[in-house]
Amino acid sequence: MELLSIAVRSVFIENILLANFLGMCSFLAVSKKVDTALGLGAAVVFVLTITAPVNWALNHFVLREGALSWAGLEGVDLSFLAFITFIAVIAAMVQLVEMVLDKFSPGLYNALGIFLPLIAVNCAILGTSLFLVEREYNFSESLVFGFSSGLGWALAIVAMAAIRQKLAYSNVPAGLRGLGITMLTTGLMAIAFLAFGGIKL
Amino acid sequence: MSSPATDTAPAKAPAISFGTKEKAIVRDPMIDNNPITIQILGICSALAVTVQIDKALVMSAAVIAVLCASNVIISMLRNMIPGSIRIIVQLSIVASLVIVVDQILQAYVYDVAKELSVFVGLIITNCIIMGRAEAFAMGNPPWQSFLDGLGNGLGYGIILVAVAFFRELLGSGSLLGFQLIPQAFYEMGYVNMGLMLLAPGAFVILGLLVWAQRQWTGYTE
Repeated sequence: MELLSIAVRSVFIENILLANFLGMCSFLAVSKKVDTALGLGAAVVFVLTITAPVNWALNHFVLREGALSWAGLEGVDLSFLAFITFIAVIAAMVQLVEMVLDKFSPGLYNALGIFLPLIAVNCAILGTSLFLVEREYNFSESLVFGFSSGLGWALAIVAMAAIRQKLAYSNVPAGLRGLGITMLTTGLMAIAFLAFGGIKL
Repeated sequence: MSSPATDTAPAKAPAISFGTKEKAIVRDPMIDNNPITIQILGICSALAVTVQIDKALVMSAAVIAVLCASNVIISMLRNMIPGSIRIIVQLSIVASLVIVVDQILQAYVYDVAKELSVFVGLIITNCIIMGRAEAFAMGNPPWQSFLDGLGNGLGYGIILVAVAFFRELLGSGSLLGFQLIPQAFYEMGYVNMGLMLLAPGAFVILGLLVWAQRQWTGYTE
């Protein structure tokens, strides 16, 4: 029940993109076509589901204050190393996912193309890892949080791509074309997602 | 286009100078080639930390510091970094700098650092830093790279403070924590616009700001 509540919260109520503004860069760059948006969304869900629990384990057993007591090192606090460790794990995981996909599913690999390596610098991935440390989730909560954050992000980017495909036919003022109108539309989408705010599980 | 004569024999400028070219490097990213509104880099944090101006100022200072330092370091190492692993090298340089900035913020402005929460760490994945490293620092000497970092950082800061100005004024009726809308207005029925403090307010304000800025400079997509 606790896990379900985390899942619903991170997909709808505190959507990682619409409420926390994470992963905006690739959201704006890759939301022109529904197909590519779907592919990138799937890749982000995949990478997040792996990196969130791995980074949780690293933080729990190595980085946080007193975590190294199992190795006989009492009172060692390595939490200032969190940023560089997390980003290294994420870059390594993206590389790994890239190699596995290339070997076992060349079709998907070619479809994702350049977007796959770019996931390493997607703030949604690093942001999720930093949030789960800040909110002190346990292992299963981290797993669910990672997966559903990715799902929320994928939902937002696919919806945005669908809107932008329709928007291509409308007459937008010159200065508002591109980033401007996308921002305003995202604002309206965020207002729509505010409607989930009252839901309690 | 420059004439062939200047291409073949570039003027031997001293290592540190501040001529027309250097001024242009600093000035251009502020308005004409702004990292947020024109290059579309670093939008995430531009939206998240703009509820109040003081947070926006601290965040801008942090980004300017990291951007200048990372541009200089990457520019100095640019001939030594192998092309195939440059992203990892850049990421580790930026991550180390962000750790330093985070420790400094926690030491001197602890309250603001706590409110910025994960967004200081997210400077690592801020597209401006990686984008300028790739686009400028990998191909230019340290001094010019420093100026490019300064210019882009300031351009980022201008937009951040502008968004925060509207959000704080309309959302809380104050600027930098000082109440600007007089109490008499509230008694006459004036109400703060709560939507400005929520996520949609940031999107809408930035969208309108982008519109105004592009209308002014005449840039279209």
